[in-house]
Amino acid sequence: MTSDRDRTDPGRAEKSHESAVSTIPDGGTVNTPFDVVSEYEETRRDRLKKLYDTYVYAPISIIKRDWRARIGFAIVLLYVFTATVGVYLIEPTHVTEGPGLAKPFETWEYPLGTDDMGRDLLSSTVHSTSEILKMILSGGLFTVTLGTTVGALAGYKGGVVDTVLSSITDVFINLPGLPTVMVLALMLPITGNPYLIGVLLTITAWGGLARAIRSQVLTLRQEPFVEAARSMGVPSYEIVFKDIVPHLMPFVVINLTNAARRVIFSAAGLYFLGVLPFRNHNWGVTLNLAYSGGAHYKTGALHWFLMPMIAITGISIGLILLGQSLDRVFNPRVRARHEKKLAESQLDEVEPEDDDSETMIGAA
Amino acid sequence: MVTIGWRTRRLAQAAFTVWAVITISFVLIRLMPGNAMGAMMVSFEQQGMSPARARELVELRLSVDPNKPIPVAYVEYIASTLRGDLGTSMAQGEPVAELLAAALPWTLFVLSWSIFISFFIGISVGALMAYWEGGKLDVGLTSWAILMGSIPFYVLAILLLIFASYRWGLFPSGGRQPTGVPQGFNVTYVRGILYHAALPVFSMLVASGVASLGMRGNSIRVLGADYLRVARLRGLSDYTISTQYVARNAVLPMYTTLLISIGEMFGGSIVLEYVFNYRGLGLLLFEAYNQRDYALMMGGFVLITVAVVTTLFIADMTYSWVDPRAGGQDSESY
Repeated sequence: MTSDRDRTDPGRAEKSHESAVSTIPDGGTVNTPFDVVSEYEETRRDRLKKLYDTYVYAPISIIKRDWRARIGFAIVLLYVFTATVGVYLIEPTHVTEGPGLAKPFETWEYPLGTDDMGRDLLSSTVHSTSEILKMILSGGLFTVTLGTTVGALAGYKGGVVDTVLSSITDVFINLPGLPTVMVLALMLPITGNPYLIGVLLTITAWGGLARAIRSQVLTLRQEPFVEAARSMGVPSYEIVFKDIVPHLMPFVVINLTNAARRVIFSAAGLYFLGVLPFRNHNWGVTLNLAYSGGAHYKTGALHWFLMPMIAITGISIGLILLGQSLDRVFNPRVRARHEKKLAESQLDEVEPEDDDSETMIGAA
Repeated sequence: MVTIGWRTRRLAQAAFTVWAVITISFVLIRLMPGNAMGAMMVSFEQQGMSPARARELVELRLSVDPNKPIPVAYVEYIASTLRGDLGTSMAQGEPVAELLAAALPWTLFVLSWSIFISFFIGISVGALMAYWEGGKLDVGLTSWAILMGSIPFYVLAILLLIFASYRWGLFPSGGRQPTGVPQGFNVTYVRGILYHAALPVFSMLVASGVASLGMRGNSIRVLGADYLRVARLRGLSDYTISTQYVARNAVLPMYTTLLISIGEMFGGSIVLEYVFNYRGLGLLLFEAYNQRDYALMMGGFVLITVAVVTTLFIADMTYSWVDPRAGGQDSESY
């Protein structure tokens, strides 16, 4: 802030201008490179506008143009809507609400059929959503936070820290996910708290991300801006978290969607095996009941399997599409195309530039 | 600083991981609140055994002596595990090591085919998509890949079981070998084994979806690289460019995906073998879980981890053939 104000200080600019005129015959305004003064004054409004454009406007307009992003967002929002509002719209189900194994699409009472105990499958699918989303949230955040922190520290610090952290990371990469979670679930006193289960499920999942982040930081640590920060004596953790990690944010955010998908897969898989504690039914538990109820060889029981399967597959399609579109949002080539377009549109309306900036901030 | 070959370091890393896993398993058995040893002692005493007799049995089963101080027990546990003595299965009354050794080859059989086929498909499809980027084939195959990536393998497994086995009767619905055929190297038996392994292998092919998307991205990146333009300007033949320049550089980053899939597939074998009732390592582990057969369970856990460590170690060693740049260099410490 202060340095910007110094540079744009009009008095100082004038002084340097005068001295330049006196020394340089061709009327240039600069005598040493250190006297360079920005041609334009950057006001706070301009800076806000720039920030808004980078973080809000560009992503939204790129997303608007990308069909994958639209579908992905719509799907994820649908699940969030189901988990928050849907549970109030659809009553929770109970045993013998309808006849056992009723076919789907026959009555409005249980539009998607019932299981062998007469529970409404639509309702039990809807009421599972919020617990699964909580697991995804805690598991995804846990993976990303731990993976990024460990990977960035290992990559930046190097030496002994790197050796220790990388060894730990390698142990976790080598641990097979599902068996580890099973062993821990058996040995630890774990209740059905969805946030806790989310963390448990991803306890081995952060290793891959940590390794990827480390290798990216290994190249970033050579960059001039990191070297400058280090020579100024900025503490290591500040360099890592304020200078390096923000550069990796796109990669981290994309990995968040992958981590979320992995949480659903392993949660439903382990509930299908029946090895995790639970409070309410969820998609995996329904799969488990259907399998142990023999829905795979009974006739007319296919819908029992299909409901949870469609729920699981649906949200992971949404997450994959979201991840891919985020990849595009952060992809410099797509960004460049967007900026070019923006610049062209601004050239077209040179006159009302002031109005333009106002409306943009208003929109923010 | 003494320079140690990266192969030696990689080997040390693998040994460290194995040691860490054995330690974790010891901690879980001996030290955790509600640990396996305590649970077994309680259950034996509830059956009306004297504490001394219960201790003896626990030691026999878990090769952890409840009476000895923790450090001594720890060293003995590591020694016996490394000797291959993993205790005795409570439910089946046989040495854990023998049970595991009998089951492991079946799991390796299914998994090696799954990994090989899904990566072969993934890489070929990915290259095709990149070649026709933006075309109809690309859009179609990308949608297919996204769908494959969104279906968990056990969902595909259940669907295959319902349709390919129960409804259409194309493949057997479970088990690992044909019944009523003499075991050994004869055509009927080998064909029977392949038939039984087919559905589990097909279910794991969902991994090809993510692999092909990764390959597509890599190839597109390589196709836009400057050195490719230089290669064209040098007048190199299309064949040289596509095999030496594009394929090699695009395949190399797939290695990380492969590593992570190997670990995931080994873990996934529990669910997969449960669905198809395929008697391999995974199903053994699952049954041990259900019967609270701690010795078998921890033994299986250690073995499955050692299998992953070994596979990844072999992968790392062979990788340096493919990529001459492999072998991490020491980075300066800040």
